[in-house]
Amino acid sequence: MSLLKVDNVTFGYSSGKSVLAGVSLDIGPGDTIGLVGESGSGKSTLLRLLLGLTRPNSGSISFNGTALDPRNAQFMRAYRRQVQIVFQDPYSSLDPRQTVLSIVAEPLRSLKIARDHRQMVMEALVSVGLEPTILGRYPHEFSGGQRQRIAIARAIVAGPSLLLADEAVSALDLSTRIRIVELLKQLSASMTLVFVSHDIGVVAALCEKIVILEQGRIVESGDTKTILANPQHPYTQRLLASVPRMPA
Amino acid sequence: MTTLDQIAAPNRRRRFGSLTLWAGIALVGIHIAVGLLTVVWSPYDPSGMTGGRLEAPSWLHWAGTDRLGRDFLTQIMIGSRIALIVGTGAAAIGAIIGVTLGLLAAFATKLLDDAFAATLDILIAFPTLLIAMLVVAAADTANLGSAIFALGIALSAIVARLTRILTKRVLLLDYITAARTSGTSWLGIVFRHILPNIWPTLSVSFALQFGLAAIAEASLSYLGLGAPPPNASWGRLLQEAQGTVYTAPIGAIAPGIALVSLVIGINLLADGLRDSVDPTRRAR
Ligand SMILES: Nc1ncnc2c1ncn2[C@@H]1O[C@H](COP(=O)(O)OP(=O)(O)O)[C@@H](O)[C@H]1O
Ligand SMILES: [Mg+2]
Repeated sequence: MSLLKVDNVTFGYSSGKSVLAGVSLDIGPGDTIGLVGESGSGKSTLLRLLLGLTRPNSGSISFNGTALDPRNAQFMRAYRRQVQIVFQDPYSSLDPRQTVLSIVAEPLRSLKIARDHRQMVMEALVSVGLEPTILGRYPHEFSGGQRQRIAIARAIVAGPSLLLADEAVSALDLSTRIRIVELLKQLSASMTLVFVSHDIGVVAALCEKIVILEQGRIVESGDTKTILANPQHPYTQRLLASVPRMPA
Repeated sequence: MTTLDQIAAPNRRRRFGSLTLWAGIALVGIHIAVGLLTVVWSPYDPSGMTGGRLEAPSWLHWAGTDRLGRDFLTQIMIGSRIALIVGTGAAAIGAIIGVTLGLLAAFATKLLDDAFAATLDILIAFPTLLIAMLVVAAADTANLGSAIFALGIALSAIVARLTRILTKRVLLLDYITAARTSGTSWLGIVFRHILPNIWPTLSVSFALQFGLAAIAEASLSYLGLGAPPPNASWGRLLQEAQGTVYTAPIGAIAPGIALVSLVIGINLLADGLRDSVDPTRRAR
């Protein structure tokens, strides 16, 4: 059975124009899926729907066979524990007035996960490659890459089964980007990862499966190696041509 | 050269910041001390005719006497108390009403929010004093309470607009989305994320509102809409000194200096506070 199933979902913001048109997607447990498309193709919108922040106009999303319902508070609490996200901008994703401890502990606190929060935060920090001694420090004391690690620590602290990463490395410089991709790769061994990027090169380095989104429609999906070797859709071919290949 | 500048700059800034803060604390502190003192002691009975009419400053009456022969320094000192009570009360009422309304507007649906923003813009277009005068007139009795309430209502529009704008800006940030996906409730988001992040700007604004309220109260009293005697408001003292400004100028100068020193003090305090409550400013 799939972990997360997206079935024929359509969505448009109140301004009118359709952003997602009949998107269907199957995310199996343990998958590492890259969601690729140009900027504006609807990737972040799809993630918002997956997180239950907005509801689709039609179609359904189900998690472990249960339909996602943002109005069902009890279901959402369990769901939030299972599904977490890392954003693109390491600056706006951390509250500047909170310490590392309270930032990373937020899911534990809000989802009322009783246990030693401090201990769990320190473990999460270690697993993203940070010193556990930074608990009392503030975001502005860290570099972009370190901030992104703090954001990843917050996403994994409650032990989710699905991690969404929305352009999580796009704002980082090249060497930092490589190290964060390595970290995500390492984490993907123990959880399902949906990695969103406009950069097919980074996705190729990280993901076994790939889904190509063009203007709110999935135009191609499958095994990364197969698609890269033999792209069927002209849009995929264009995406591939526009990005310099990363050495495998 | 560049390196030297880079090393020296933060220090100079921090020094300057704290100098501002201390100057503000000193000025406001003097008024608070004097205001508190008048609760238990003043040089003379505020309504007692303890000297001749319009006496010049002397050892007995440091700021002279008013046209009824009352000690003028005593009146000025009680004025500090009145100004502090009105400033604090009005700023507090303005803050509570304004922040609540501003938050509600920022979270409201687009239609409600638009209506709210338009209403605020219209309200703010009226001078604070005019709104306060209308409220006092509607309340039908001029006393200290009605002046505080009127000024608080008038200031709340300014606070509400600022809160609404600041909140909407914070709501767009990813850490709010992260809080939502972490299961934090809207109330939790307001208290844990929004208020702490808009607080540095708001607190500076509250201090400025305090100054505005002190000035507006003086104006209300000057117009006879403030607290009646024996509440010696600086505004009423100024008004009473109007006819004798050439023969006894101290009657106009002393309350003027008192008012200006309090307002400058609170503004310096606001500036100093802004630098010291913001961790990103503190450390850089
Ligand atoms: N909050 C919003 N309100 C209205 N339109 C939006 C909003 N967010 C995104 N859009 C529009 O939806 C489309 C898809 O945006 P997005 O999901 O952010 O794409 P991507 O993440 O692939 O760059 C774009 O055309 C964008 O302008
Ligand atoms: Mg996006």
